[in-house]
Amino acid sequence: MTSNGNARTLFEKVWDAHTVREQTDDTPAVLYIDLHLVHEVTSPQAFSMLRERGLSVRRPDQTIGTMDHSTPTTPRNELGIIPVADALAAKQLDVFTQNCGDFGIPMYALGDAHQGIVHVIGPEKGLTQPGMTIVCGDSHTSTHGAFGALAFGIGTSEVGHVLATQTLLQNKPQTMAVNVEGRLSDGVTAKDIILAIIAKIGIGGGTGYVFEYRGEAIRSLSMEGRMTVCNMSIEGGARAGMVAPDDTTFEYISGRKHAPSGADWDAALAKWRALPTDEGADYDKEITIRADELIPMITYGTNPGMGMPITASVPAPADEPDYNRKIALDKALTYMDLAPGQKLLGMAIDVVFIGSCTNSRISDLRQAAEFVKGRKVADNVRMMVVPGSQQVKQQAESEGLDAVFKAAGAEWREAGCSMCIAMNGDQLLPGQYAVSTSNRNFEGRQGKGGRTFLASPLTAAASAIAGVVTDPREMAASSL
Amino acid sequence: MEKLEHVHGSIVAIPVNDIDTDQIIPARFLKVTDKEGLGKAAFCDWRYLEDGETPNPEFILNNPAYQDAAVLVAGDNFGCGSSREHAPWALLGAGFKAVVSTDFADIFRNNALKNGLLPIVVDADTQQQLFSLADEEPSTTVSVDVEAQTLTLPDGRAVSFPLDGFSKYCLLNGVDQLGYLLALDSEVADFEARNPQRIVTNA
Repeated sequence: MTSNGNARTLFEKVWDAHTVREQTDDTPAVLYIDLHLVHEVTSPQAFSMLRERGLSVRRPDQTIGTMDHSTPTTPRNELGIIPVADALAAKQLDVFTQNCGDFGIPMYALGDAHQGIVHVIGPEKGLTQPGMTIVCGDSHTSTHGAFGALAFGIGTSEVGHVLATQTLLQNKPQTMAVNVEGRLSDGVTAKDIILAIIAKIGIGGGTGYVFEYRGEAIRSLSMEGRMTVCNMSIEGGARAGMVAPDDTTFEYISGRKHAPSGADWDAALAKWRALPTDEGADYDKEITIRADELIPMITYGTNPGMGMPITASVPAPADEPDYNRKIALDKALTYMDLAPGQKLLGMAIDVVFIGSCTNSRISDLRQAAEFVKGRKVADNVRMMVVPGSQQVKQQAESEGLDAVFKAAGAEWREAGCSMCIAMNGDQLLPGQYAVSTSNRNFEGRQGKGGRTFLASPLTAAASAIAGVVTDPREMAASSL
Repeated sequence: MEKLEHVHGSIVAIPVNDIDTDQIIPARFLKVTDKEGLGKAAFCDWRYLEDGETPNPEFILNNPAYQDAAVLVAGDNFGCGSSREHAPWALLGAGFKAVVSTDFADIFRNNALKNGLLPIVVDADTQQQLFSLADEEPSTTVSVDVEAQTLTLPDGRAVSFPLDGFSKYCLLNGVDQLGYLLALDSEVADFEARNPQRIVTNA
């Protein structure tokens, strides 16, 4: 127990409500899972295991599938079909269709009007709700914590466990309050908050913890902004990040396909309002950052912890006291072909990618479009805009955002993970520099030999127009 | 899963911090629908030159002296990033039985233990000693006793490492964790009876 008396944190309330069997010295806790999201890449071996053992899926009615990772985002053909050129990917998608069909799991297939990135469609459909336990064979499942759910990524063996039993063996994590005080300035976004947090604590700083993001800046964020923050909890080592549900949360959920309605809505609301952390509850650890001191952030290295304010200079390995960290920084700068002390502002780039489960929602696309409208993407830049779901794509098109991007010379694509993970053919070429709104700048993440600067949609869009790394505060949104 | 009681083998070191699962196995190899043959893809982008086929002579795993290594010694925070279980599958496929670091990312550690790949957490001094030993003498061997939770160095020093009781039981007996959960069927049914279903995905 970490808390005083009966006062509990948001995390503890959700954990307690889902404990089928308590943790002991000999066995982890057994946790009940309300919602299991599955996709084509991390599920096939789990379904094979079910078949080998003659098992069924315990709760197909609490499971949902979508295709996202290996799907092409290239345009539809004259029949309205998105062709899959890669034979291995095509087979993986076929196997997924077969598995979901055989085991009775509802699934959004490639080309479906509701298909999209798993962490975009969960909230979009109202499947993600406060107080739930949500898992998926994907580390960015932390996204759903924005609703006050306990949501985390699992491996394929665990996907099998949840399919077969709707439960998971888990050792109870510790809790860390991440306070973000003050208000963001213009041009600074949710993405900059999370990049600043990870730069502060390091890529392993949250290992073993569940984060609860708190404070005025978090309360002021939209649900999409909160999702961006929670999404990258894993990049700080935390498997889950949570935000207490409030009126912003309830307003977002209300009216969505799977949201409760009528008397059920009132009952749900009463339960959800009891979820926020009690006065006097303790966290195992607490950190604070000031939102009003933040400026746009950008990464310079090969993990998301290697980030800095966009106006800063690349740090020098010689200034790093820890030997292992010195070596790591040196290796990162060699890969990125950057010199200590160099500024990234003004550096020529080759690609801008706007997309991924971090920043591909409608508000992200609107922000980017504001900069792009009436302007041209620089000649040296390939700009890709990949909506997070077919619904986001349709919404953007109804607002004319696709026309804005296309008129500027950007590529407007079908929905999917795309160049964030680069397993569908959307990738950087060796040596290319990208400003990307995605979540990982690991070596080769966006294509072998490719070099990634992680940043917000504002920074990405401004950089696409200028052709160089650009501080969005220095470029006014288009007045057209 | 096969029983894992002891590991006795030579070591190889990759003294790099924060080795993420994209380095252990790049995403383009995740289009498989089984677990076979992933050993070839382990550390692929470090192991091969730009053509993807020619071994990079600079990379330690291509050094003939380390071909039989069973224990990988790595920098801090090994296995961060993606949840892909293909990472332990690839390491096992490449012949590793254990990985030594000062700490492991949570999901990687869980995935490794479920496949009989032992994550061994040691202090920074032991890590540095192993880096030096691996560098100076490629035939350096270590012994791991899962029951005793010890890693024994060539000088006879036995270093203890943490291992939760349940994972240890599963490793020593070669059983996977699903059997335990399946046996709780009636408890899960009771839980479901007490707690209304929160979401119906096929409604």
